[in-house]
Amino acid sequence: MTRFMEEAAIESMAEKVGDIMRNAFVFNIDGVGVKGKDGQTIMDAADQAGIYIPRLCDVEGLEPQGSCRVCTVKVNGRPAAACTQPAAEGIEVENETLEIFNWRRDLIRMLFHEGNHLCPICEASGRCELQAMAYRLGIFQPAKYPYLQPVRPIDASHPDIMLDTNRCIRCGRCIRASKDIDGKNVFGYVGRGMHKRVGVNGKNLAQTNVHLDDRAIALETCPVGCIIRKGLGFFTPIGQREFDRAPIGSTIEKAVLKRGKK
Amino acid sequence: MAKTKVIEIEPVSRVEGHGKVSIHLDDHNNVQEARLHIVEFRGFERFIIGRPFWEVPVIVQRLCGICPVSHQLAAAKAMDVIVGAKKLTPTADKIRRLMNYGQIMQSHVLHFFHLCSPDLLFGFDADPEIRNVFGIIKKMPDLAVQGIMMRKYGQEIIRATSGKKIHGTGSVPGGVNKNLSVQERDSFLKEIDQMKKWALGALALAKNYTLEHIDMVREFAAFNSSHLSLVREDGALDLYHGNLRAIDAGGNIIFDQVDYKKFNDYIMEEVRSWSYNKFPFIKSRGHIDGWYRVGPLSRMNTIGFIDTPEAQKALEEFKGLTKGKPNHMSLAYHWARMIEVLHCVEKIEELLTDPDLQGNDLLVKGDRAEEGIGVVEAPRGTLFHHYRVNKDDQVTYCNLIVSSTSNNEAMNRAITKVAHDHISGKPKITEAMLNHVEVAVRAYDPCLSCATHALGQMPLIIEMYDVNGSLLERKGKCL
Repeated sequence: MTRFMEEAAIESMAEKVGDIMRNAFVFNIDGVGVKGKDGQTIMDAADQAGIYIPRLCDVEGLEPQGSCRVCTVKVNGRPAAACTQPAAEGIEVENETLEIFNWRRDLIRMLFHEGNHLCPICEASGRCELQAMAYRLGIFQPAKYPYLQPVRPIDASHPDIMLDTNRCIRCGRCIRASKDIDGKNVFGYVGRGMHKRVGVNGKNLAQTNVHLDDRAIALETCPVGCIIRKGLGFFTPIGQREFDRAPIGSTIEKAVLKRGKK
Repeated sequence: MAKTKVIEIEPVSRVEGHGKVSIHLDDHNNVQEARLHIVEFRGFERFIIGRPFWEVPVIVQRLCGICPVSHQLAAAKAMDVIVGAKKLTPTADKIRRLMNYGQIMQSHVLHFFHLCSPDLLFGFDADPEIRNVFGIIKKMPDLAVQGIMMRKYGQEIIRATSGKKIHGTGSVPGGVNKNLSVQERDSFLKEIDQMKKWALGALALAKNYTLEHIDMVREFAAFNSSHLSLVREDGALDLYHGNLRAIDAGGNIIFDQVDYKKFNDYIMEEVRSWSYNKFPFIKSRGHIDGWYRVGPLSRMNTIGFIDTPEAQKALEEFKGLTKGKPNHMSLAYHWARMIEVLHCVEKIEELLTDPDLQGNDLLVKGDRAEEGIGVVEAPRGTLFHHYRVNKDDQVTYCNLIVSSTSNNEAMNRAITKVAHDHISGKPKITEAMLNHVEVAVRAYDPCLSCATHALGQMPLIIEMYDVNGSLLERKGKCL
């Protein structure tokens, strides 16, 4: 046994011991046994097990906030946001039922109707999580509700970054990234109720200390085309964009398939 | 009181988009006036305001489902100026050209085989039940298949260069976002000989039709006019880039080798109350006499030569018909269009063997500008895009002169002439007579706001009103 193998074996054993120490337990998602640990949310445990629970406001590296409700599951018969609900021993979680599928479809539809999501001309097309989620849930032409067609001005004042809140879905990912990771508080909510929207901490973006290197500006932070890096739109050819290659959620599903083959 | 009748053909069928023709008759059925109305309002020039400039090529191409590439390219050329890309990389330039040839090929083929061939092959007054694309499929299935396969080839070229067959994203400010892979290149090369053969066949069909019906073609919707197009610096046909040349009806130069970025110094637009389409004219000749034609016929009239051998041979034959003078016959557009299809196929072959298409140097940038003008030759003629962009990268001004706008006055003259020749004084107005009017419009292959429409939902409705606006007669059919 090489030194490397010895180290790997020790690490693996330590992990197992850690599992026991942290009270690993089992619960069910759609009748399938899933391993969980203390401190994990249902979504964390599902991800680890290769079960994709749709989500928009949750993203790796940021504290979950449970606002978009797309990850709604039923826990022992009661609706809960999987991104914030702790996993617990023996709970019965429903994820892929027709009832929940239709809730999620309605939530996604309402986002399309509330804003101005013109996929054919949006530079986020192909990497947009809202669009990809619609496709995953079989929504190809949201037409269930009236379009509100808001008129929201674009903030193009910054030399490198543009804010088009016509496409904002109020996931708050930019707000959390700016506050918790960048420590800048560039973004925040303004307004109340249906008028609530993302605003900036200043007269406009140019008046803030936002920077291209901020986590809040990273492409994976804004799930739609609201925060734009200027002048880069449409540089990725059709066919090579993130969700051209695989549907949203498939990396979680495939990761476990891959692990299972080992 | 004498009754004045208005016949309306609405919408005009087998053209791109929706328009209507109104023909005003007196009580002896003499034509007083005929007009082509563009009844849709698109508003692109307004709602592009405020959008970031790199979105423009993707947004404005939505004007059209048939020639979106032309709008994408004209806008991209304007945005090249905005980002200071004075000269594109060879790969970017050639990918865009390939895209444009694929686009013009598929658009011309669609028009010739699907839209106008029923008139040419069955006759203008044939039974409308068979005078349509389904009639062609039934009576001449080989020809129908050629049309479909040639169009598919052009569409596949667009997909390979722009990502999608319709409304892709290939051209970006300063260049393109992809090259052509070796696999894509090889798949196109495999079929190029077949395409050339079919293009020669279609050219022969259009030429023979013209020559066999030359007496009718010389008269039908024929009238003198000026012509305008881009030409290469050496006078050759260039469908992607060049300078402006305008000639008068006698073939004399009005202006030549004008940098298209200065087109506003040479061309103005007039607005008339009864149409959403504007009426452009050559400034120096005034708004009454300054109107001009664009498109395949005009290009054949303005250029000195074509730089591909088979198309050049065809051009010489074409010019021989009018002994080198400008050809003013509206129906000669079809012949000219097929010369261009052959030219596109030859150019596609030339480009496919060029290793630059596999290059990876796709983008250039330079000093930022605030105003950009892009002009290309679209299938239907010269296409102008003019934008201004503020320091925050938002569009503040947009003006588009699309090809069918330039042909507006010409199409109105064409239908007026045909209405006079075929309807005036006739005791009964028949469907065949009205189809003659539509044939005149179709010759220009107008893109009446350029939308995709479902087949079978384009009814032709003709209504006659008296001078008080009371409905006298209504006829309808569904093509």
